[in-house]
Amino acid sequence: MNLGPLIFLAAFFSLACSWFGFVLTPQLQIGRLEQTNTVPAGALYPVMRPGLARQGLGVYRANGCAYCHSQQIVQTGTVCDVILTDPGTNQAALLVALRQLRPLLSETEDKEMMTGLPKTVRQGLSKEEASDLVKTLNSTSAKAAIWIVPIGSDISRGWGIRRTVAEDFIFDYPVMLGSHRVGPDLANVGVRLSDANWHLRHLYAPRSEAKDSAMPPYRFLFEKRRIEKTRSPEAVVLPPELAPEPGYEILPKPEATALAAYLVSLRANEPIFSAPVSVAAAPLAPDTNAPAGGAASSTNAPLTNAPAAK
Amino acid sequence: MTAPSAQSLPSVPASQASTVSEIDFSCRLPLLVFFISAAKWLVIAWVFELIASIKFHSPNFLADYAWLTYGRVHPACTNSLIYGFAVQAGLGVALWLLAQLGATPLPQRWLVTFGAILWNLGVTLGVVGILLGDSTGFTHLEMPGYAATLVFIGYLLAALWGVVNFRQRRERKVVATHWFLLTALFWFPWIYSTANLLLLTFPVRGVAQAVIAWWYSQNLLVVWFSLVALAIVFYLLPKLTQRELHSHYLALFAYWMLILFAGWGGIPNSAPVPVWIPTLSTIGSVLFLLSVIAVALNVCETAGCSLKAARGKPLAAFLLFGVAAFVFAALLRAGIALLDTDQTLQLTWFGPALSQLNCYGFFVMVMFGALYFIMPRLVGIDFPWPKLVRAHFWIATIGVVLLVVPLLLGGLMEEFKLQNASQPFLLVTRSTLPFLRVSTIGDLLLLIGHLFFLTNLVGLTLGFYRARAAAAYAQLTADLFKTAGAKA
Repeated sequence: MNLGPLIFLAAFFSLACSWFGFVLTPQLQIGRLEQTNTVPAGALYPVMRPGLARQGLGVYRANGCAYCHSQQIVQTGTVCDVILTDPGTNQAALLVALRQLRPLLSETEDKEMMTGLPKTVRQGLSKEEASDLVKTLNSTSAKAAIWIVPIGSDISRGWGIRRTVAEDFIFDYPVMLGSHRVGPDLANVGVRLSDANWHLRHLYAPRSEAKDSAMPPYRFLFEKRRIEKTRSPEAVVLPPELAPEPGYEILPKPEATALAAYLVSLRANEPIFSAPVSVAAAPLAPDTNAPAGGAASSTNAPLTNAPAAK
Repeated sequence: MTAPSAQSLPSVPASQASTVSEIDFSCRLPLLVFFISAAKWLVIAWVFELIASIKFHSPNFLADYAWLTYGRVHPACTNSLIYGFAVQAGLGVALWLLAQLGATPLPQRWLVTFGAILWNLGVTLGVVGILLGDSTGFTHLEMPGYAATLVFIGYLLAALWGVVNFRQRRERKVVATHWFLLTALFWFPWIYSTANLLLLTFPVRGVAQAVIAWWYSQNLLVVWFSLVALAIVFYLLPKLTQRELHSHYLALFAYWMLILFAGWGGIPNSAPVPVWIPTLSTIGSVLFLLSVIAVALNVCETAGCSLKAARGKPLAAFLLFGVAAFVFAALLRAGIALLDTDQTLQLTWFGPALSQLNCYGFFVMVMFGALYFIMPRLVGIDFPWPKLVRAHFWIATIGVVLLVVPLLLGGLMEEFKLQNASQPFLLVTRSTLPFLRVSTIGDLLLLIGHLFFLTNLVGLTLGFYRARAAAAYAQLTADLFKTAGAKA
């Protein structure tokens, strides 16, 4: 029996299955993603990186930064905090509700609760507990809101306030999520370290900024030049032990400037529908967030979307 | 032509015995190009690997040369290993096995040789491109487009004649090895063209790139590697242990489970993609275990369920070590896939260790066994230093264990420490240094092994051509004397 065609069909069929699943369908779903809006501010997100930062992405690619740095924040779940934004008119009822909630605290502490709002009433609740509590508090004519807090070791490490999602990368080519963390995650490095000069110093001599860093120095992205008349404003300011001999200065090559601009542009921290997180601005603007129903509905769908929401 | 002394020649029915030398002759030139180049790439890959490894201990090592920065040397190493050695040697072995099983000479040996040369040209351009900063930025697909085109054409030129050879075969019986090999020959062009077209030529948007890159990596490093290496194991292990393959149907079951499910694995739970993608991927990784169990059972029964089968037979030992690494790697992959999303184990040293276990511990080790088996048969003489083969087995085994096990443990420790956010990240990564030091020793041992391997292969080929040249010279001088005698 000639089994050749059968072998061909077997190979064709099985590869077509996984091609359909992991090439075609992701392309139809993620490959067509458009810009979205931040929640609740409604700003367009993401915006394209500035031109210099886009060039910097090329430097990041060429030098293989992604082999040691990931750009993916992992989140283990989401908890809810309940925030009191407005004590309302019936403060006595609110006091009773607060006393029931926190019997161990004294009355004065409860009264303090009502000044200097917004304040956190309870932390780390599940979505149901939080909406029950909001209902109780709102029934006293006070205004409370749910604050969504993603959790996980990456987030407590300060690498980001929420997980990274597909939307964060729609303008990047190539997308380099990284598969290994020899150095810290860079998804939000522009938030943590927003000074391009810091990045230049760090690229030139990592240990000048981070003691014991395992990152190699990238001196080939810089050039040493004799100072003509005055120091160039672009010269990297270095600590004395790393500074070149007198009369010389260290200037970043265009690649270094672009790379620093790219690093500063890495900010995947806007709250969006598929990665909800409440940011400080939200409770301060009660007009957009105050109605409990509105707050709950803005959190409802995203919460069920989060993969491991507890 | 003297027969190799260590093992008997592959058995061929008496009626077709006359074609054995014909088959060997048709395969000799292209396969020598494939195998010697592959061995050369392995040495190159490991020089890069060692440079990359040393950079972890001393970040300033060779730091002032742009082309030797870690982010270029590391992909240069993986691409030399995957395209320079693994796929190249795999393709060569596939052609040889098809010719042997079909008892038919390889057609168009010059075109196949030309394909092999194009392939090597492509890989050379690709690796130089990576070193010059032309990498594409997609893991395992870093070679720039111009190199990928050459590589692709080279592959088609060579693989096509493998399929034609199968069509023309004189021995009509189809065995499990055929299923694995023909599927592998078909698999690579599809995944390679898909990945190159959708990532480089007409790039898709956003994270879809990452998903396609993962799909490609998985299909190459797990599916293609497994198809080729298992084809070799199912053919060679019975020959080396002088036993029958335990079950043809169990091998076919392993084949089906492999091609249906393995291609779905490989997308980490931490990926910033819709949840269904890592979920499906986890299911794929777990169902792939069906194939792994079938392979383990079949190989175990074939080898008589004892390591005695490999005693005094370094080639069988290479194969059995490879299968053990295959099983271990698949179990670990399914294990991490099943862990919850809060596990970021793959982002620690555990990830690279697992990938080395699969690429090196499994595929490269099986390839060593195959190439040590095939090379003496191609040229009809035995290795100049047969003792080096045994030495290579032990040095490779110790090297792989020293390379992989410390990094697996170091990765687990790192993950454990990183769960506690109060531990500074820099301190945690520094605490993996002792594990890295051991793995660098493993790398060094493997490099020595590769030098043994290359020495033996080159020595064998030189010995063969020297003997041929001597014979030709003797023939020529004899003819000259004859004509001189006739004139006189």
